[in-house]
Amino acid sequence: MDVIRQIRFVWKPALFLLCLVPALLVVTDTFGIGGTLGANPVEEIQDRFGNWALRFILITLAVTPLRQLSGRNWLLRFRRMLGLFAFFYVFMHFLTWLLLDQGLLMSAIAEDIFERPFITIGFAAFVILLLMAATSTAGMRRRLGQRWQQLHYGIYIAALLGVWHYWWQVKKDFSDPLVYAVVLALLLGYRVWQYRTRARAKSVRGERDNPAGLQQPH
Amino acid sequence: MLIRKPADIRSSEITPREVFLNRRKLLQTGLAAGGLALSGSAMATVLPEGRRAKLANVAPSPYSTDEAINSYTDITTYNNYYEFGTGKADPFENAQEFEPRPWTVKVAGHCEKTGVLDLDDFIKPFALEERIYRLRCVEAWSMVIPWIGVPLADIVKRHKPLANAKYVVFETLLDAGRMPGQRSRTLHWPYVEGLTIAEAVNPLSLLAVGVYGEVLPNQNGAPIRLVVPWKYGFKSIKGIVSMTFSENRPRTTWERAAPHEYGFYANVNPAVDHPRWSQARERRIGSTGGSSLQSIFGAAKQETLMFNGYGEQVARLYEGLDLRQNF
Repeated sequence: MDVIRQIRFVWKPALFLLCLVPALLVVTDTFGIGGTLGANPVEEIQDRFGNWALRFILITLAVTPLRQLSGRNWLLRFRRMLGLFAFFYVFMHFLTWLLLDQGLLMSAIAEDIFERPFITIGFAAFVILLLMAATSTAGMRRRLGQRWQQLHYGIYIAALLGVWHYWWQVKKDFSDPLVYAVVLALLLGYRVWQYRTRARAKSVRGERDNPAGLQQPH
Repeated sequence: MLIRKPADIRSSEITPREVFLNRRKLLQTGLAAGGLALSGSAMATVLPEGRRAKLANVAPSPYSTDEAINSYTDITTYNNYYEFGTGKADPFENAQEFEPRPWTVKVAGHCEKTGVLDLDDFIKPFALEERIYRLRCVEAWSMVIPWIGVPLADIVKRHKPLANAKYVVFETLLDAGRMPGQRSRTLHWPYVEGLTIAEAVNPLSLLAVGVYGEVLPNQNGAPIRLVVPWKYGFKSIKGIVSMTFSENRPRTTWERAAPHEYGFYANVNPAVDHPRWSQARERRIGSTGGSSLQSIFGAAKQETLMFNGYGEQVARLYEGLDLRQNF
């Protein structure tokens, strides 16, 4: 099997299952299998989904630097799936909040989204990722043309809002959100440095102008 | 953030809920039948040492709620006690080696009887009472906890505060060697809390030395802590080593950490929100011993009550006080 088919039929499915593990653990811990959710299960579920959302955002942002530093272009083929898992976990985090925390009480939900700044920015990050997920197919990319890339630069904004959202709801101990902030700073800093030095590898120029290798009219 | 599974508590060590509730019934009927008069001076309480030591001769109280009590596991594995770490499971995990005895409490300030008292002498001769109280955390969760202790009012009156004693100020142990969380500067150590004299002598204020029929576990503030159920949980200071009668209002630890978020009074008040989140509702947490699905899907937030539902006993303390200003 050539590399591309291998990725498509072996490695991507394997990674897919791996990315599902945190969600599966929530299910097993709910029933006390191999672990528990503790005394405040709703908070624990919300926390876990939120943390994995941030992690997948950062993992997705790490693909390009890893690619450029290692020269392994096939890494790019996993990026969309990783990004969609980031959306999945953000969506589950949001759903947990809506359903289990707020009990679908729309008045309280609206009040929180519009009056609690840390929730407002969390919701904004969710909306950005929702739009990106909805336009993640090759078909949408063709249809949107240049606007597609503009929209998908939204990952940077979503990442910043996500880390800020976490930072802002911490009571006193900032050590967890600090870790995410530092990693994000490194990942963004890399891109800034990259842009500045203009030391773009040919494959990067090729990716930026023609990301999916689609035929573009000139 | 993954919760590490707390070390398994042998089921033989846990008083089954039915037995625990039955003991209370036995105590109540025993008291009624035997006509035991528990006068303060007749009972000299000596606190047994050793983990999970049982507490005897505990009288029930009319101030107890009859709501469902949280499980022993909930109460002892989900704690805010930053002296042992800031995660909810940290105190359970990190306080295992803490030795709460021997322990002394220093009484000082504007009162007639100052001194350093051994823990037993501090709570003698007052009889132990069980108080099943709601505990409402400022983070908008709550539990129902069966505390055992003595009324703070009795202890305060024994030391005869002077006329200029307006506040009672408590401090937690300061010892980074025994309390690993104090090695970080998360909060300013030692933890300081305080009440007005009127709040201190209110019948609800409790100095707790036990929970669930036994001495306090380390993670719950062993060997002695305050419980003021009409205020947010951070007012209920743990690991008390000193009680000082003061003329001036103390600068409490959370007030110092974030003065626009945490105030001195910290009365539970659904009408006054925390700057970052609402206080109108709370989650009554707990793995109810029923199905986990129940504690997840049945755990929608409930309305928070003014003064955590203890308005009948404490509302008069705040007549005329603007509780939005004095949050």
